[in-house]
Amino acid sequence: MSVELPESCGPVSHRVRETLLGRATSNPLVMKDQSVTCDRDAQLALWTVYELSYRGFAGVHAGREWDPEVVALRLGLEDRFEGELRDATRARVSAELDVGGDVGDVVLRMARDAEGPNLSAFLRREATRAQLVDFLRERSVQQLKESDPQAFLVPRLTGAAKVALAELQYDEFGAGRPATLHQQLYADALASSGLDPAYGAYVNDVSAVSLASANVMSLFCLNRRLLAAGVGHFAAFEASSSVPSRRIAAGLERVGLDGAVRYFDEHVEADAVHEQIAARDLCGALVAGDPKAVNEVLFGAACTSYLDCLSGTELMARWTGDTGPRDHQQTPVMAS
Amino acid sequence: MTTEVRVRVCPQGPVLVRGAQRVLDEDGVEHLVTRPVVAVCACDRSARKPWCDGTHKSVRSDRT
Repeated sequence: MSVELPESCGPVSHRVRETLLGRATSNPLVMKDQSVTCDRDAQLALWTVYELSYRGFAGVHAGREWDPEVVALRLGLEDRFEGELRDATRARVSAELDVGGDVGDVVLRMARDAEGPNLSAFLRREATRAQLVDFLRERSVQQLKESDPQAFLVPRLTGAAKVALAELQYDEFGAGRPATLHQQLYADALASSGLDPAYGAYVNDVSAVSLASANVMSLFCLNRRLLAAGVGHFAAFEASSSVPSRRIAAGLERVGLDGAVRYFDEHVEADAVHEQIAARDLCGALVAGDPKAVNEVLFGAACTSYLDCLSGTELMARWTGDTGPRDHQQTPVMAS
Repeated sequence: MTTEVRVRVCPQGPVLVRGAQRVLDEDGVEHLVTRPVVAVCACDRSARKPWCDGTHKSVRSDRT
């Protein structure tokens, strides 16, 4: 079933929507001089353009994926998004390179020492049922396409790195059983919690940072020049999942959202495996073949921690009233 | 037909096991392997033994 084209929420997403619907406009698009990472309009526009490379939209011709005007909009947004991510993570990447060590160890260390509020501890012990449902909804834009972006990395890798990613993806994509496709487990979790399990159902509702957390994977995985960053992001993402998943599963159980437990329960054991393979075999083999790639691997890994921190801060502020970065504010820079 | 079982020790982490069908825990209880690769706990702190649940990350390496 095709996804509906998202509603626009500002000039950039409006321009993308009009272009995809074939409505010509000659007005120049003037982008505000502010962070696109925390701007819903820009992130929704980017999500919409990226979606043309995944499942597309009802009423939008599939050929729009390569429409020069759409590609130009995408490149303009990507340029700013990538620049902000590099600025925000530069100090951290530099500090990790100075400490050095085996790339797998460094990626695991970066994920372990990530800054930001302990969102999963809050979800485990204190969050209300409504807050846990809110969390499931915010994560839906990335989890309903879980591992889809990284599938684009496979043909760009060779040897042991390719084998490692394929081994992980086989597990992510259900290990031969459609019922255990991780995307399907997440859809089941949404449905059992009273949420809409349809792909893209909440794209008009989730925050800029939730969209950015999904978009960063497309940025890295749809652009071959960012292959190593995509690998590093994925490894750090897997390494940030096992322990939080255990806490989230306990929180869901505590408030009686039992039908959503399975997805997180599955990720406790799955990601305890995946984080080792992704950090040591995938990142390790990539860097063994191309030692210079280590900078980009660590850039990708730092982006995982950075966006997790922004998301955690935002959700804790929403739920507890603690002030933190929100939409339309200056994007904070991650400390080293 | 015999399947080759491959075991890999991860530094300060679990033991990755490929190709196994069952893993015996310390009490001799059999645990069925349901995924292509499993991570077996090596720090003795997992709440899901014999499987790794990531708890080793909270065990500081300088204590060992």
